[in-house]
Amino acid sequence: MLTHLVRRVIRLAVVLAGVSLVTFAILHVSGDPVSLMMPEAPESDRAALRLAMGFNEPLPIQFIRFLANTARGNFGNSFFHREPALPLVLARLPTTLLLATLAMALSLAIALPTGILSAVRRNSVFDHGATFVVFLGTSMPVFWTGIMLILLFAVQLRALPVSGWESWGALVLPTVTLATFSTPLLLRLVRSSMLEVINLDYVRTARAKGVSEWIVIWHHALVNASLPLVTVAGLQFGLLLGGAIVTETVFAVPGVGRLIVGAIRQLDFPIVQAGIFLIALIVVLVNFAVDLLYIYLNPQIRVR
Amino acid sequence: MSIGTYATSSVAVGGDSVRGAEGSRAWRKLARNPAALAGALILLAVIGAAVFAPYVSPQDPARQSLIRRFTPPVWAHAGSVSYLLGTDQVGRDILSRIIYGARVSLLVGISAVLVSLTIGVTLGLLSGFLRGRVDTVIMTVVDVTLSFPQLLLALAFVAALGPSLFTIILVLGLTGWERYARVVRAEVLALREKDFVEAARAMGASPTRLLLGHLLPNTFSSIIVMSTLQVAQAILQEAALSFLGVGTGSAYPTWGQMIALGRDFVSVAWWLATFPGLAILLTVLAINLVGDRLRDALDPRVG
Repeated sequence: MLTHLVRRVIRLAVVLAGVSLVTFAILHVSGDPVSLMMPEAPESDRAALRLAMGFNEPLPIQFIRFLANTARGNFGNSFFHREPALPLVLARLPTTLLLATLAMALSLAIALPTGILSAVRRNSVFDHGATFVVFLGTSMPVFWTGIMLILLFAVQLRALPVSGWESWGALVLPTVTLATFSTPLLLRLVRSSMLEVINLDYVRTARAKGVSEWIVIWHHALVNASLPLVTVAGLQFGLLLGGAIVTETVFAVPGVGRLIVGAIRQLDFPIVQAGIFLIALIVVLVNFAVDLLYIYLNPQIRVR
Repeated sequence: MSIGTYATSSVAVGGDSVRGAEGSRAWRKLARNPAALAGALILLAVIGAAVFAPYVSPQDPARQSLIRRFTPPVWAHAGSVSYLLGTDQVGRDILSRIIYGARVSLLVGISAVLVSLTIGVTLGLLSGFLRGRVDTVIMTVVDVTLSFPQLLLALAFVAALGPSLFTIILVLGLTGWERYARVVRAEVLALREKDFVEAARAMGASPTRLLLGHLLPNTFSSIIVMSTLQVAQAILQEAALSFLGVGTGSAYPTWGQMIALGRDFVSVAWWLATFPGLAILLTVLAINLVGDRLRDALDPRVG
């Protein structure tokens, strides 16, 4: 178990270095970061900036400096806000995490019972209905779903605010929108994980010895189905954050996603880099935690 | 086990006839499913509309008319037969713009998938076949790619490289290959232990021949299924990029752009954002239905 843990920590470090490299590449992929930052400036100004930012040095040296700065949380000053980029991003992180958590909670509340029932009553009308909803949900663009909800609840019924994040009512539409994106993914996952275990011998044995159906499903099946569920749910966390970015833009939610999208339009690259690095860092750490949980939950690895 | 039987059938005995029979069986299974059939029909209609856009679109998609702005759809009180789905804020015909938009969506969707397919399958084959260090390196790159939400990464790189049709295809292709690599690698790892690979190796087949002649063909059915579903994903991603404002930069309207414009007028003209979204929904749903059925038909494990 210890070697497993050590190997996992080494991989974490390597992946983080890779994440930094990709973040670094955003600014350098075009070949000339300065023309990206100030497209209309005269050449003399560009040369001055190039010198000031150290863009004349060889790329590997620039990358090492970027790594060192990143480790200290320094992504430079935002061109637009004229403040350090990372604190600006961090200030908006709680909003994004709140949105993602609310949507995840709503998704779980729908997907768990529906997915379990779908698996238990496989090929029933309920199962087919649920499968169709999954297809529909995975085929809808998130931003369009959001606009349609605005149309229905804010414009037609005037029941909820169109945008913003100031009142609890304002949280409803963004949460529901993001949940329509994450629920189908989760539902499909719950269903297939349950189907994997539901016909296994020990479940049949439990039934045969007269354990009640409810306990069989919750205790025998779901506990074992949770292992793949947790792993894939970790992998899909990145998808959820991707959906959150679009959702924030539709509803003008003041989160990290909206900040990044705005920064991309203003070519404010320190914010873009800080934001993207932070989101990737969160995804990496969540998956690392999921791996640890997996080691803990899976007796086959734990005893070794 | 099931992959093995499928594999030997196409390699050992008179390859073509057996594969032909499997193919027609797959088609019959596909056709028997009403949802998949509906999907296939919708898909054909969308492809037809895209290819023959100049002939089937009722109006010039770029022609503006201030008198005709915000004409509602034909069934509404003020609707007009010339503009079946209404007009936008500068009087352009929505239906015609949707038809032309299909060109961008399908072009980007299919091209992006071709890019990621090429990268992903190559890396997956190498990873599974060579194992060891190469495998470790490639799988680390996959881990890094998986750490970023694809949309976010695509957004940043498209902005950095300058929005264009080519950039969007390239970036979506470069950020979407990881799935191919993982699946192909897993299949190759399972296949390389099979008897027919062992036999080919014993008969002196070169590594290249083993890879391209024996391992690659046996991953085709998963690749086809994955690619179908990935086209749907790429269409959704392109629409999201257009919506967020780093679109193709081309003269062609895109569905994502139309929705972004429509959002600003959602309280006065609901049809602006609604119909392009329905076009995306129908197209992606059709591809997903066909792809899902294709998976069942090509996978010998399922009925």
